[in-house]
Amino acid sequence: MTLRCIRGGRIIDPSQSIDQEGDLWIEDQRIRGVGNKQTGQPYDVIDARGMIVVPGLVDMHVHLCEPGDENNETIETGTKAALESGFTSLAVMPDTEPAIDTQSSAEFITAQAKRAGHVNVFPIGALTKGRKGEELAEMGGLLEGGAVAFSDSDRPVANAEIMRRGLEYATMLNKAVLSRPEVEELTRRGIMNEGNTSVALGMPGIPTAAEQIQVDRDLHLAKWTGAKLHLQSLSCEGSVESVRRAQAEQVPVTAEANPHHFILTDVELRSFDSNFKVNPPLRSERDVRAVIRGLKDGTISVIASDHSPFATELKLRELDEAPFGIIGIETMLPLCIKHLVHPGHLTWPQLIEKLAFNPARVLGINRGTLREGRPADVTIIDPNEEWTIDCQRFRSRSRNSPFHGWTVRGRVAMVLVAGHTKYVRPGWRATEASLERR
Amino acid sequence: MPQEAVFSSGVDGMVDSKDLSRAGIGWVGRHLLDLEEKPPEAIQAILRTASCFKEDRDLEWSQILRGKVVCNLFFEDSTRTRTSFSLAARKLGANVVEFTSRGSSMSKGESFVDTARNLEALGADAVVVRHHTPGTPHLLTKHLRASVINAGDGAHEHPTQGLLDILTILEVKKRVDGLKVCLVGDISHSRVARSNIWGLKKLGAQVVVCGPKTLIPPQISHLGVQISHDLDEVIPECDVINILRIQFERQRTGLFPSIREYRHLFCVDARRMALAKPDVLILAPGPINRGVEISPEVADGPNSRILDQVTNGLVVRMAGLYLTMGQPRPTEGSP
Repeated sequence: MTLRCIRGGRIIDPSQSIDQEGDLWIEDQRIRGVGNKQTGQPYDVIDARGMIVVPGLVDMHVHLCEPGDENNETIETGTKAALESGFTSLAVMPDTEPAIDTQSSAEFITAQAKRAGHVNVFPIGALTKGRKGEELAEMGGLLEGGAVAFSDSDRPVANAEIMRRGLEYATMLNKAVLSRPEVEELTRRGIMNEGNTSVALGMPGIPTAAEQIQVDRDLHLAKWTGAKLHLQSLSCEGSVESVRRAQAEQVPVTAEANPHHFILTDVELRSFDSNFKVNPPLRSERDVRAVIRGLKDGTISVIASDHSPFATELKLRELDEAPFGIIGIETMLPLCIKHLVHPGHLTWPQLIEKLAFNPARVLGINRGTLREGRPADVTIIDPNEEWTIDCQRFRSRSRNSPFHGWTVRGRVAMVLVAGHTKYVRPGWRATEASLERR
Repeated sequence: MPQEAVFSSGVDGMVDSKDLSRAGIGWVGRHLLDLEEKPPEAIQAILRTASCFKEDRDLEWSQILRGKVVCNLFFEDSTRTRTSFSLAARKLGANVVEFTSRGSSMSKGESFVDTARNLEALGADAVVVRHHTPGTPHLLTKHLRASVINAGDGAHEHPTQGLLDILTILEVKKRVDGLKVCLVGDISHSRVARSNIWGLKKLGAQVVVCGPKTLIPPQISHLGVQISHDLDEVIPECDVINILRIQFERQRTGLFPSIREYRHLFCVDARRMALAKPDVLILAPGPINRGVEISPEVADGPNSRILDQVTNGLVVRMAGLYLTMGQPRPTEGSP
């Protein structure tokens, strides 16, 4: 038995409503408890004074591009990027080539993640075979292969009947269906949000209605089938309002926002820089405010990155040819601190809840909490360190971030996965203390 | 208005503007990307310079860009604009390299940035680019040291077309300030419309856009224009009517029901001309669909200056090449 103690940090665990200074005890691979009443001689002590100690963060919306597009990202590079950014669990989308639509393909994802050995990876299974939206995938088999939810990712199910059956089938397996809402007929050819900027620049637009119509359809289907629906990447006011109404009617729906949608607006496209090209697109100031309101009042309970890596040569193409997507996992935590905690939109516990406990709950996984007996995934954050985001230092294989050069405050100092120290930020002052005692 | 004064001297007082170096005062920048970014003074400068090139002094002009290399980089079909730019460059003594995307490395998957870099390595001092994607010329400025001139980027802008329309208006009306100009047709997909709007607004004109609701995005009003869907109603107030080409393929994507109906609602024909001011100026950036957006008798009638526009296109492009390449070239990188 080994006993470790993370001493003197501000421990935040929204799953138990804990926000206090104290010690976090870890026994072997599991959490032993919070507080000073623990007995036993710790094998090592990590000095976390001045730090924030939280459950390992969970990003439930990432694209790791393996198999098929290893030029953009691999499970090894993506999970390494996650680890050093404080995320100990990832749910990876099935839009690979081929799609994750069978038990064996789901097992490939978990096997690769084990081989990489950085963080926990939970595959999302495709809802339909080949993500074609025509026939349901073998969801039972996917579940046995390790899938924790189902989604056709960025190719939303257009056929309402198929979506209905997918939702029904998912209730049998007691798993959530994740939907990235978009009516494709309304967005075809679109490059950016349809609005003043797109009209001034002569760019084909993606109207907010394309998202809202699908949100409303999916909400109706969720209400009808009773299935757990999780709406991803909400970007506009109408979507947030629809979800709010549905939740008031007890529809079993959860919703997610991505940092770029509450930080940036479509005006950024004036630079014609394809790193601002993302789907759903950056919207108006009004939509940004609505997403923040949704985060504040709890309508949006999850923050995820929609980490979408693309090699530089792909993003260098003309705006209409360049792929949609922003890499986000390495910037998510500091950007949330800067744009949600510092302005007072969310408290630290509220932020950690949306970055750890809530996504774990949607996926039904045993993470995102510091409860006794759970796997000891822990992230230690230095809330005061100021630093500048530098794409060239990313662990991800790709560089397509619009946040390069931004100054932020708050940085991951140390990460434990299942009780093992997996990452210590070089130069962090607690390093020597903790390593000496080994 | 001081603006008007600049123009009356710039266009009527050709004596002053014969001085090429003085005509360009007010110009800023090494590129001509769009009219939105150009201050009114720069627009006035390029128009004055263009008028200056109208003088028949070919021998003198042919020394101006001697030894320079202008590359026409066209990723979209074009005959008029490309020919016009080639001739403009040659008249100023520059060498012209023609590059169209067909039969080049583009089909082998080379990116347009790489293609442009290669052409620059061959010594291009200016790149004239047409591309179906908005912002492509702007993107090139980040990768090239050469001057970049936008010859049309998607539905964004076509600055030299906007300028030649304005030059034609100036020559006929002697002013732009206070005029009411109506752009008729497909505003949504028109780069000509956007360049006209920015140029005309900056010089003090009032702009109305008129066409089917499906081809005029409501947000265009944020550019400071008035929107109308009834041509008969706006025609009587207009000093200038600029008729944009309607692309037939829009019909297939459900943007309007038929050519027949378009003609019925928006064709500028003899009946509608009877509603207009007698001296109304008719422009069309061409190529025109006779009998669709404009009837033949109007296109060839006394109010039309469609062929003057072509002539003015040449001098505007000469002015664009002269002003952008006349600036010293930075040694490393570009701003």
